[in-house]
Amino acid sequence: MSIASGLTRATLAKDLRLEWRSKDAINSMLFFALLVVVVFSFSFDPNAEESRQIAGGLVWVAFLFAAVVALNQTWARELRNQVLDAYRVSPAPANSLFLAKALGNFIFVAVLEALMTPLFIMFYKLRALGPAWQLIPVAALGTWALVVNGTFFAAMSLRTRSREIMLPLLLFPISIPALLAMVNATTAILTGELSARVWIVLLASYDVVFTTSCLLLFETVLHAE
Amino acid sequence: MNFLYAAYAATWIIHITYLGILVRRYTRLRSEIEELKKR
Amino acid sequence: MKRAFPIFAVFTAVLLSYAMYEALVAAPTEKTMGDVQRIFYYHVPSAWTAFLLFFINFVASVVYLIRRNPIADAIAVVTAEVGVVFCTVVLVTGPLWARPVWGIWWTWDVRLTSTLVLWLIYVSYLMLRRFSSSGQTPVLAAALAVFGALDVPLVYFSIWIFRTQHPQPVIGGGGSIDPRMLRVLLINWAAFLCFAALVCWSRYRLERLQREVEETQALEALLEPRGSR
Repeated sequence: MSIASGLTRATLAKDLRLEWRSKDAINSMLFFALLVVVVFSFSFDPNAEESRQIAGGLVWVAFLFAAVVALNQTWARELRNQVLDAYRVSPAPANSLFLAKALGNFIFVAVLEALMTPLFIMFYKLRALGPAWQLIPVAALGTWALVVNGTFFAAMSLRTRSREIMLPLLLFPISIPALLAMVNATTAILTGELSARVWIVLLASYDVVFTTSCLLLFETVLHAE
Repeated sequence: MNFLYAAYAATWIIHITYLGILVRRYTRLRSEIEELKKR
Repeated sequence: MKRAFPIFAVFTAVLLSYAMYEALVAAPTEKTMGDVQRIFYYHVPSAWTAFLLFFINFVASVVYLIRRNPIADAIAVVTAEVGVVFCTVVLVTGPLWARPVWGIWWTWDVRLTSTLVLWLIYVSYLMLRRFSSSGQTPVLAAALAVFGALDVPLVYFSIWIFRTQHPQPVIGGGGSIDPRMLRVLLINWAAFLCFAALVCWSRYRLERLQREVEETQALEALLEPRGSR
């Protein structure tokens, strides 16, 4: 297991280094984050009282967009350099590759979320009326739910036609329970009206089920030809 | 009551549309087979 | 085998006609909703049939992942397609029933919403099958089917939680059912099951034929690289 985790760390480190070096990618993602928040602010009036009710949904839809863009990017780079074939031939367990990719994506999307959140708070004058600390497990579990399936489906869509549209097409339906949980948990915490606990439990179950499935099936999907 | 008949009609329209799609694929396949046989 | 098909088709047509008569005429009229409630006899059997077909798809996908049996893959694609057709019927008849009874086309009704998500998942399955290159399609699709199946209880549960927090009208009614109505319901379900079997059978034959043609074409391309076109 130590070889595998060593591999995971190495791959992850490599991915993070690459992202950090390609300043273009980071700059464009920063700008993208800002744009998303601004567009949403124009579309959904932040001054209305209903803001607090819908903010939960808005924020997560914005995060979903960011996640899809990030996910499409990360595999595209691998494809360009035919790194995928190298992975297939190597004796490394496919799980290490998957975990590294998923963790890398998670960090990437988490950074985007960290950038967008203060902007949303500012534009929508958000304040958590419920237990604000709960937002952290919600964000973490929710982001992982999107990223773990997203990484898996991105790998599945690699050789398909219309690759970029294929990822959201596959990801969105399966993610609906997780999305429902994320949005309702966030709304519950922001409005303080209901308990987010049951949604957090649902998110945790979702994460466990799908992380396990991804780890079990990734090897099969990688060698699917 | 119109909704009742609409629902029943819609059901059969959907099923017949699908069957029509299948029939069209079948005839297209048949002509491909004729092509292959000729060669 | 070839002779059985037309006989079964005629039998199914008769059964469907009888079932429709029972649903529209013979079944007792419901007290509160009136005649519109008869949509129930088409809505519910279609749902049960769709769920059964999707379940068969799940089993076939798992079998394919374990054994790579091409017949399992063929069964998977057939049941997915026919399942989506029946699922579409459920999603169309549901709102047509809801509108006259509750005045709204849609609610976050647990069953109807779960059916919508199921429909979305299987449509995405069919899209994957269409868009991926034919070498890897069966494996990828089977993986997606497994994911979809695992998602189903989570979908149902999440919508159920949402509904307990935001109560809304229930489409389809709960509670016990009049035995006369149950009888008509089961007759219609039997009829639609036979119909589904017929459609699956036809679709399966089409699928097998298609695969044979593709194999022949592939073989030809191999043997005559210059092409005789």
